[in-house]
Amino acid sequence: MTATGRMDFRGGVHPPERKSLSADAAIEVLPTPPEVRIPLVQHIGAPCESLVKPKTPVAMGEMIGKAGGFVSAPVHASIDGTCGMADVTTLPNARHVAVIPITAGPQTLSGQGLWDAIFGGEWPTRHLEDHAPQQIVEAIQAAGIVGQGGAAFPTHVKLVRNETKPIDTLLVNGCECEPYLTADHRMMIQLPGPIISGALLAAQAADAKQIIIAIEDNKPVAIDNLRRAVRGTKIQVVVLPTHYPMGGEKMTIRAALGRVVPTGGLPLDVGVVVINVGTAAAIARAVLRGKPLTHRVVTVTGSGVARPRNLLAPIGVSYKTLIEHCGGLTDQAARVLSGGPMMGLAIGNLDTPVTKGTSGITVLTSQEARKAEELQCIRCGRCVDVCPVGLVPTKIALACRFKDWDLARRYHLDACIECGCCAYICPSGIPLVQLMRMGKAEIPRKKK
Amino acid sequence: MSQAQQPAPAAGSQPPAEPVLIVAPSPHMGNIAQTTRRMMLDVLLALVPVIVASMAVFGLYAIQQIALCMLACMAFEAMFSMLRGKGLTIIDGSAAVTGAILALSLPWSAPWYVGVVGSLIAIGIAKIIFGGLGQNLFNPAMVGRAFVMIAFAGVMGASAYVAPASRTDAPHAVTQATPMTARREAARKPAVATAPAAAATQPATDWNYVKRLFWGNVNGSLGETSAAACILGAVYLLIRRTASWEIPLGMVGTAAVIAGLMNLAQGGGPELLLHHLFGGALLFGAVYIATDPVTSPLTPRGKLIFGAGCGALVMLLRVFSGYPEGVMFAVLLMNSVVPLINRWTIPTPIGGPAPVKA
Ligand code: SF4
Ligand code: SF4
Repeated sequence: MTATGRMDFRGGVHPPERKSLSADAAIEVLPTPPEVRIPLVQHIGAPCESLVKPKTPVAMGEMIGKAGGFVSAPVHASIDGTCGMADVTTLPNARHVAVIPITAGPQTLSGQGLWDAIFGGEWPTRHLEDHAPQQIVEAIQAAGIVGQGGAAFPTHVKLVRNETKPIDTLLVNGCECEPYLTADHRMMIQLPGPIISGALLAAQAADAKQIIIAIEDNKPVAIDNLRRAVRGTKIQVVVLPTHYPMGGEKMTIRAALGRVVPTGGLPLDVGVVVINVGTAAAIARAVLRGKPLTHRVVTVTGSGVARPRNLLAPIGVSYKTLIEHCGGLTDQAARVLSGGPMMGLAIGNLDTPVTKGTSGITVLTSQEARKAEELQCIRCGRCVDVCPVGLVPTKIALACRFKDWDLARRYHLDACIECGCCAYICPSGIPLVQLMRMGKAEIPRKKK
Repeated sequence: MSQAQQPAPAAGSQPPAEPVLIVAPSPHMGNIAQTTRRMMLDVLLALVPVIVASMAVFGLYAIQQIALCMLACMAFEAMFSMLRGKGLTIIDGSAAVTGAILALSLPWSAPWYVGVVGSLIAIGIAKIIFGGLGQNLFNPAMVGRAFVMIAFAGVMGASAYVAPASRTDAPHAVTQATPMTARREAARKPAVATAPAAAATQPATDWNYVKRLFWGNVNGSLGETSAAACILGAVYLLIRRTASWEIPLGMVGTAAVIAGLMNLAQGGGPELLLHHLFGGALLFGAVYIATDPVTSPLTPRGKLIFGAGCGALVMLLRVFSGYPEGVMFAVLLMNSVVPLINRWTIPTPIGGPAPVKA
């Protein structure tokens, strides 16, 4: 089973891209902010336990929150400074979480120094077999790495070898199918070294024989660059058509490998583990240098920001600081999103801190943002045509609206991946995904 | 939420007041090229060739009837939606479409009140009672037409299509019977199945006649005379993806297969087949009526089944019923089984059905 590339999946949409706003902006190091506020939960899984008290001095990379279980990831200070009183914030996903504020101290690394400390130097592609799988997984766990594509699942959990379900393929996801976002794109251009080292290490941990980096064909520079960089390794670069939601794990697996993840199942069920390119770079840093995940690349973009950019930002910095560094909001700014316009979450408070899963901040103007006006469903079936999972979104959404859970189940509500294609295409502006989400949250679990 | 945060250094300028940020669910982009209103406008645009063809054949009468029905439908829509306190729903354009299609499905001789009563029934009974746009089970224009066919049977029968010799204002084409009536009459005289040679030599289906059917210089309801105009409209709708291809294909394909089998049975040439395809309302119905999203199934498979059902019923009615033309009944009958089709065609998600969790 080798990758053939240039495959596709059925359904999906082609939203206007607008990546050009920030695609050529080289990743810039954000000047160290006066304060970061680090959430104690940044992933799916158990919250962390705080290890610091007010006034404790901390150094960048020091662990300040201990993992609360196996499916959990510790958090670390992202700047040098002094801890403040624990506080509470609301993340874009509406979760209320404890945050530990850190006020920057004088000795904090910044600028080129910080860049070098994080990504500088050589990233080996050879002799990585010396690292025992167990060691790699432990290093990843200690570094607090979670998926950087958005879902933020603790990465070590995915890579642990599983006797009953062996993994044969590691898929590094560089599709970045969200319109506007370019963080992964810039990383693939500027940082092929750590991505490749990280991919090799992750494959080593998971015992995957095949390694594939999947990229959408709208990123030719990144493709060329990685093709050159993987020479001499066993990694293959596979080019996939540009097609939303190509970056969704299940779609990428389908397109790159022709394997279908069962409904309700995981990539693991078809022998695949998927990691994002940013995650791969973080793995390399954790395993080869013993450094925790303290910074990540964030795209700040959209017509609502003065100067769209890609920034290397410390975890915990506020959205406001990032936006201000990019020249602030323009007069037309109407909606600030955590993430991209297809799956991103609109936020109302710019004090929200950047977490490990924040891939971008998109600021839309009112012209760009989807209108809220909702008309009746005209049963045109467009949502059916675009659903990449092959569902009948209108039926499910209406069943959810009227709380007809039996009907929602009969139409396979559980299989929805919440990609938003249906709501994007709906001519009547019906908030289909929102209804699905609501339905999933409310559907009474089968009693027995 | 947080302690007062010092303004970032050096960011001297910037927002005097916090901008108003709208919190809304994802996705935050929409496909502005395709709104409900735009889809309705698309249908109207796709009807332009048909309207032009109908004007060419029936002259001023066609414009009057079409304008009257569109205005009447919009007026009734406005009136009923106001009564229901639903605001002005005519802006969605669906009433205008209903009016245009209703008008185009009437015979050229229908008096003005037929159009108005048809509109009243189409909007008031077929649509609003069910809850307005998107809720109706039956195609409003066809319900309106069915009602006037029955209520005004005298002026709406097959004879309504043929001008009596006394009508001096009648266009040339309408002095003949409609293609489907002509076919029926012709087929009745010889015993069809046993006289293959006779069927093939009927004057109504020579090549010249097929050509006229194609371009539209024949009698029929206002919108159904020109096959060429319908095909043009179909191409536009398919390019704009306003109509799905499954329904027209299913309908025309099935009709073609049945007509082809009849052809074989009767030993006729391909003209008979083309006569069935180009004559009557089959194409008009397949392109503009059966494709009504509201009253057709949701899934591609369902749409194919629906289209095939319409096509088969049209042929059945043409061959066996007393009505010369069956599109209206075929569509209405198939409308009534749409909920069933939807239920039969629930697709299995890619990756198989969701496992039932305990
Ligand atoms: S796309 Fe919108 S209007 Fe069309 S069937 Fe789906 S929900 Fe209804
Ligand atoms: S139903 Fe779910 S999976 Fe299908 S298009 Fe809508 S959001 Fe995507």
